[in-house]
Amino acid sequence: MEFLQQLVNGVSLGSIYALIALGYTMVYGIVKLINFAHGDVFMVGAFIGFYSITILDLGFFPSLLISMVTCAILGVLIERIAYKPLRNATRIAALITAIGVSLLIEYGVIYVRGAQPEAYPGDLIPATSIDFLGVKVSSQSLMILGTSVVLMVLLQFIVHKTKIGKAMRAVSYDMDAARLMGINVNNTISATFAIGSALAGAAGVAFGMYYTKIEPLMGIIPGLKAFVAAVLGGIGIIPGAMVGGLLLGVIESLVSAAGFSLWRDGVAFVVLILILIFRPAGLFGKNVREKV
Amino acid sequence: MRKKKLAGIFMSFMMAAGVLAGCNSSSTSGQKDGETIKIGANLELSGGVASYGQSIEEGLKLAIEEINKEGIDGKKLELVTFDNKSDAAEATNGAIKLISQDKVSAIIGAATSTNTLAQVEIAQKNKTPLITPTGTNSTITFKDGVLNDFVFRTCFIDPFQGTVAANFASKDLKVKNAAIIIDSSSDYSKGLASSFQKSFESSGGKVVAEEAYVAKDTDFNAILTNIKAKNPEFVFLPGFYEEVGLIIKQARALGIDVPIMGGDGWDSPTLVDIAGAGSLNNTFITNHYSSGDSDPKVQDFVKAFQGKYKDKSPDAFAALGYDTAYFLADAIKRAGSGDPEKIRKALEETDGLAVVSGNLKVNENHDQVKAAVILEYKEGKQEFNTKVNP
Repeated sequence: MEFLQQLVNGVSLGSIYALIALGYTMVYGIVKLINFAHGDVFMVGAFIGFYSITILDLGFFPSLLISMVTCAILGVLIERIAYKPLRNATRIAALITAIGVSLLIEYGVIYVRGAQPEAYPGDLIPATSIDFLGVKVSSQSLMILGTSVVLMVLLQFIVHKTKIGKAMRAVSYDMDAARLMGINVNNTISATFAIGSALAGAAGVAFGMYYTKIEPLMGIIPGLKAFVAAVLGGIGIIPGAMVGGLLLGVIESLVSAAGFSLWRDGVAFVVLILILIFRPAGLFGKNVREKV
Repeated sequence: MRKKKLAGIFMSFMMAAGVLAGCNSSSTSGQKDGETIKIGANLELSGGVASYGQSIEEGLKLAIEEINKEGIDGKKLELVTFDNKSDAAEATNGAIKLISQDKVSAIIGAATSTNTLAQVEIAQKNKTPLITPTGTNSTITFKDGVLNDFVFRTCFIDPFQGTVAANFASKDLKVKNAAIIIDSSSDYSKGLASSFQKSFESSGGKVVAEEAYVAKDTDFNAILTNIKAKNPEFVFLPGFYEEVGLIIKQARALGIDVPIMGGDGWDSPTLVDIAGAGSLNNTFITNHYSSGDSDPKVQDFVKAFQGKYKDKSPDAFAALGYDTAYFLADAIKRAGSGDPEKIRKALEETDGLAVVSGNLKVNENHDQVKAAVILEYKEGKQEFNTKVNP
């Protein structure tokens, strides 16, 4: 019974990781950029949701929408200002810029509103626990898991069935060839960032609802964990991010359950190292040979 | 060329002014036994923990006003305040300024342990008593077997709170076994936890589970599930309000309904926002003082404070600031003068001085042997539960 409860704990923790990892993996899949600012967009999303709820007095779903839209705009701005000029630079230059953007967002938020934490109002979505065979499942974590699954399906649909999705796949395959075929590469990449950042914003609001406390540096660890989750599932693969996130959450919960709670974060990164050594393409990835 | 000359003239003026200023301050050094006795206050009046310093200052000012109505052997106390901007280097500068320029007989401050520690060496070297109202770290007065004989405090020290909590759990709540959750990144938390465990076990209790987390964690469900499986009757949670709030919320959601207890690190309104008022029911903290204490001494203080500061309710910092002024005034009275060395001796001999936060008694480590209060959260409000004497 206790094991089952730990499994449930792991899945609820993991669905947050999955939600962040979805946006992460999407951006990587299309532009091959590890967007370290993703975790901070997630943080901004949490704050926008918080202010929409408390200051504008809106309900949960309108706040979620506002947060997603604002984060989408923020994502596009970041891409246009910081990443676009470096599109033909080395990968390491783009990576360092991403770290810089991440720090800029974190400390920009601290500059504007201070570093003190804020607590989400607890009465928006009833936090009832469902008792199932002695295992407690909170309604909020079910909601988060549900949101992740729905968004994953939606993303799969966008990427595989729509015109913009087709363009994304073309750009990810070969940017120059796509341009020659008349695809507007810049717009496609902007759309990718908009969708990815909107997902981060949604994850931020969900996180705030579930864990109550938000603060300007809250994006760092979940951002890194989402990165691990994305790599675990195979970076660039959408269902992989989902499974990777859930798996990582379960692994962490079981590590804590075994009495090694202080090793939890460490184990997450050991998982990252192991996967990079033994299966660098991730669980869902195929080992593709480099074209010669 | 002319510019250089002007600068030279300016410089020599400045130097002359400096020398004159020096003369000036040395001529007032005789004031120690004059009409007033100067007391320095080196406090966090601005910066990160400004609310602590401001509360202490309010308490100090109220107490000195009261003391000066009669005076001490006909002399009045004069408070010289210095704002250390919540910064350790500024606190050091402040101690130097208060001692060498203002020639104070003693310094009160700072609010935090770090900013107090920054002044300890200067106080020791210049043989000037230093009293921190709220610095709870035990190394301030006594470290590695060496006593800082000029340094005192008005509050109790960290490990004491753990002992008080253990006594409360075993005697008042009558629980036989407990779980402990430690913030392993905080010395405060570890100190409280180990003193709790020691006292709880020596009074026949048993610690059935021990779990740890690090600051900034957000998900505690896994360790809480472990704890729930051991069915403890009580949970001791010495930590700071950000994580404590989340732990309590998640514990209640998992169905851990037993009493949960912590120390003064919980004392913040943000705790109630994070945990939610309902989850906080059946939780307790140890603290320095409660404005809800029925002791007439406390109620007189609360009334006087609200009279002076427009119905503002005094927090523990204000109470300890107020007590510190009385602690020092009592010593000055017994010393019979403003001489720092005599004050030091008198402070050391303090035994059973009744103040708002209990009875002051300085032990051989210059720590206080005094009562702690236990507060209970009821629907998000702190309510006075009991007072525990050591």
